[in-house]
Amino acid sequence: MYKLGIDVGGTNTDAVLIDENLHVAADIKYPTSVDIYDGILGALKEVLKISGIRREEIGQAMLGTTQCTNAIVERKNLAPIGILRIGAPATLSIPPMVDWAEDISRIAEGIAIVGGGFEYDGKELAPFDRESAAQFFRKMKEKGVKSIAISCVFSTVRNEHELEAAELCREIMGGDVHISISSEIGSMGLIERENATVLNAALWKVAEQFTEGFAKSLAEEGIVNADIYLSQNDGTLMTMEHARKYPILTVACGPTNSIRGASYLSGLKDAIVVDVGGTTTDFGVIQNSFPRESSVAVTIGGVRTNFRMPDIISIGLGGGSIVREKENGEITVGPDSVGYEITKKALVFGGDVMTATDIAVRLHMAELGDASRVENIPQAFAERAMEVIRQMVEEGIDTMKVTNADCEVALVGGGSIILPENIKGASTVKKPEHFGCANAIGSAISKVSGTLEKLINYDETPRDEVLAQAKEEAKELAAAAGAVPGTIEIIEVEDVPLAYYQGNTSRVKIKAAGELGTG
Amino acid sequence: MTGPLGGKEKLEVRKLGVHEIEDIALGAALLGAGGGGDPYVGKLVALGAVKECGDVTLLSPDEVPDDALIVPIAMMGAPTVLAEKGIGGKEYQTLFEMVSRFFGKDIYAFMPIEAGGVNSMLPIAASARLNLPLVDADGMGRAFPELQMVTFTMGGMSASPMALTDEKGNSVIFETITNKWTEELARAVTMSCGGAVSVSLYPMTGAKLKEYAVRDIVTRSQKLGEAIRTVKSNPNKSPEDHFLEAAEGYKLFKGKIADVLRETRAGFNFGKVILEGIGECKGKSAYVEFQNENLVASVEGTIVATTPDLICLVDTETFVPVTTDALKYGKRVLLLGLKCHEKWRSEEGIKLVGPRYFGCNTDYIPLEDRCKGGLYHV
Repeated sequence: MYKLGIDVGGTNTDAVLIDENLHVAADIKYPTSVDIYDGILGALKEVLKISGIRREEIGQAMLGTTQCTNAIVERKNLAPIGILRIGAPATLSIPPMVDWAEDISRIAEGIAIVGGGFEYDGKELAPFDRESAAQFFRKMKEKGVKSIAISCVFSTVRNEHELEAAELCREIMGGDVHISISSEIGSMGLIERENATVLNAALWKVAEQFTEGFAKSLAEEGIVNADIYLSQNDGTLMTMEHARKYPILTVACGPTNSIRGASYLSGLKDAIVVDVGGTTTDFGVIQNSFPRESSVAVTIGGVRTNFRMPDIISIGLGGGSIVREKENGEITVGPDSVGYEITKKALVFGGDVMTATDIAVRLHMAELGDASRVENIPQAFAERAMEVIRQMVEEGIDTMKVTNADCEVALVGGGSIILPENIKGASTVKKPEHFGCANAIGSAISKVSGTLEKLINYDETPRDEVLAQAKEEAKELAAAAGAVPGTIEIIEVEDVPLAYYQGNTSRVKIKAAGELGTG
Repeated sequence: MTGPLGGKEKLEVRKLGVHEIEDIALGAALLGAGGGGDPYVGKLVALGAVKECGDVTLLSPDEVPDDALIVPIAMMGAPTVLAEKGIGGKEYQTLFEMVSRFFGKDIYAFMPIEAGGVNSMLPIAASARLNLPLVDADGMGRAFPELQMVTFTMGGMSASPMALTDEKGNSVIFETITNKWTEELARAVTMSCGGAVSVSLYPMTGAKLKEYAVRDIVTRSQKLGEAIRTVKSNPNKSPEDHFLEAAEGYKLFKGKIADVLRETRAGFNFGKVILEGIGECKGKSAYVEFQNENLVASVEGTIVATTPDLICLVDTETFVPVTTDALKYGKRVLLLGLKCHEKWRSEEGIKLVGPRYFGCNTDYIPLEDRCKGGLYHV
């Protein structure tokens, strides 16, 4: 059986087929279409054609998509929602969305802050005000709202009030209402967690469209035996059903996938990954085969959130970056780019704009287009331009490091042909095969996970013992989700002491992930 | 903003709204001299208050009657708890009632206790919610880690009576024998109340305010914030020059963070950040030692600035201040020094907040002499 990985980027839709031993059988790029489905369909047909693999041999299909990010940034297709915050009398002076731009805060049909919430140690801040919450849900129902975001003070310590509100919401608004709960989406910091929850609530239509669209394009191509998954931003997969509930978790899965794909292709487990596209270069870090998470608040479309995101920096350097010489003789590369028009505008493709790709061809680092068209670029000029590119990349790599020591670097992405292999700060530079489709490969090799969450009293059983047992249980959950037992590892352990409970009690959350069997 | 009459004419009424708050938060982060943390939640509290209750009137100390009761507002506790619970909104009404009842007269205006972090923002929210003016002054002209480190201490004032309230409505006034007791009692109550509370401390008369407060700190924060926000707007000046001129700063070093050493002791965040020179400083090195705030800066083994002068790190591209809790390997920073308020340079001031108080084995020498004009200064 084969795995099919698809990554829908801004310029290209990439598709790869991977066999049982995780070897790449075929990879192609196809232009992304406005509605994305034609792009997916085109990529699918193409990859099936060149690989010669039969449709029924595809057992799993994984999609990585930027649809949610785009919807937020472009304010498109966001659904009207209601926001319930539990926490009064705390937080009343900071109403939800207080610093959101007007063009996106419009999505809220109604906002209420009701009594409830907890203290940092798990003590109750105030009892949950069921009556006010019920009143709010009835009002939202009257207005025809189909999606509700629920947040609560210190719900990361105790989530009972959020769960009670969710149940009440379903009773009043009906079984088909979409409910997003903050404790399941974000971490500490009410406002950022609530923001992520609100965005999640507003994305349900977008999620429905891309999950159904993906399923439909697969069905149209006759791929009927495949289990369908979506990539999320921590490098694991979710089912279609889960993606519909937590669409916000697909945000930034692109960089995550390319980092994991680069790790897989290069065989590096700890390295800096440089992913060069047409317009930008992303720098990420791979630690023990997973992307390093960002420790600061991440802003999406002007909204500040704090849910897990890979730690990435982007600079304006890509294959299509425009190369210029200033009056004082200084050479600049980017930040503007000819983007997807590179095949028309770059010199080697018959255009009249000098791009980073033209410089690479001139210096014989790449064979692309018509090399004779760049012969008249003076060797010295090209070398100086390459020096500018080298410095930009060296600075980016250095920024991602945590120590001064040299580290291993993996170069991926279609634009990586413009980079020299000799980079300061890198002990080795690997440019693996199939480097152009690292993100689709990352999507295809994503892991499946299982998460265990429970209260543990360390006075009853010693901490080491009970944690070890909990880890085993998390691994069993991952196996039940389809992970191959030998490959399962613990990827996240959270241990929050609850001082208000009897004895030495902690809320423990453990996430285990493993490779998906080709079943 | 003194006019032809030397500031004695009626000053124009200044209002603080959404726009001003953004700039003040940014500028106060610089005056925090590495401390004060991220003012984000404080900014939201202030924004929420002016959006609901209207803009705040800013008063110069000269406009405050000598017998008026002026009260600084702040938060006490863990910033992480504040980030979860925010401010309820009724706290300032509670503090107003408690303190006014205690003195038998109404509070005339609020003021900040320090520039930097959330405490630069919360007094704006208090003023908006009570419809009281905010005085353009504070007790530090920067940020410091301990309760007694205010210019008011030099005026013989005490933090007590200190009023404290939580968002649930619990409240208490402490009358204590020393500032140390105030701190100890207030910390215990803060934990019982859920880890973050609103307080008022160092209540004072208008006369004392005029004599001992650091003036114009809100205006200065706002101007600094505006300068950072518009740093790239002047085509005739490089952003760096533009920024240094607006900050009246001494450029001390430009470098990449090569290492950050941290240690937490007794609730304070101690550490040292090592910089490797870039640009005109290539090949040289520098370091900054901090305890919440930056304390000592040294370039090539020579001390170029110490507390109480302000030692600040800002991003070399955006000029956004980098606080000590956000120091990270690889970040490119500009190290600059700002002169502290004159009061801190007195013998008494140096005893309270000079380098030796913080355990640094060096005497205080004013910044401008220490750095010999720095690499750049207007």
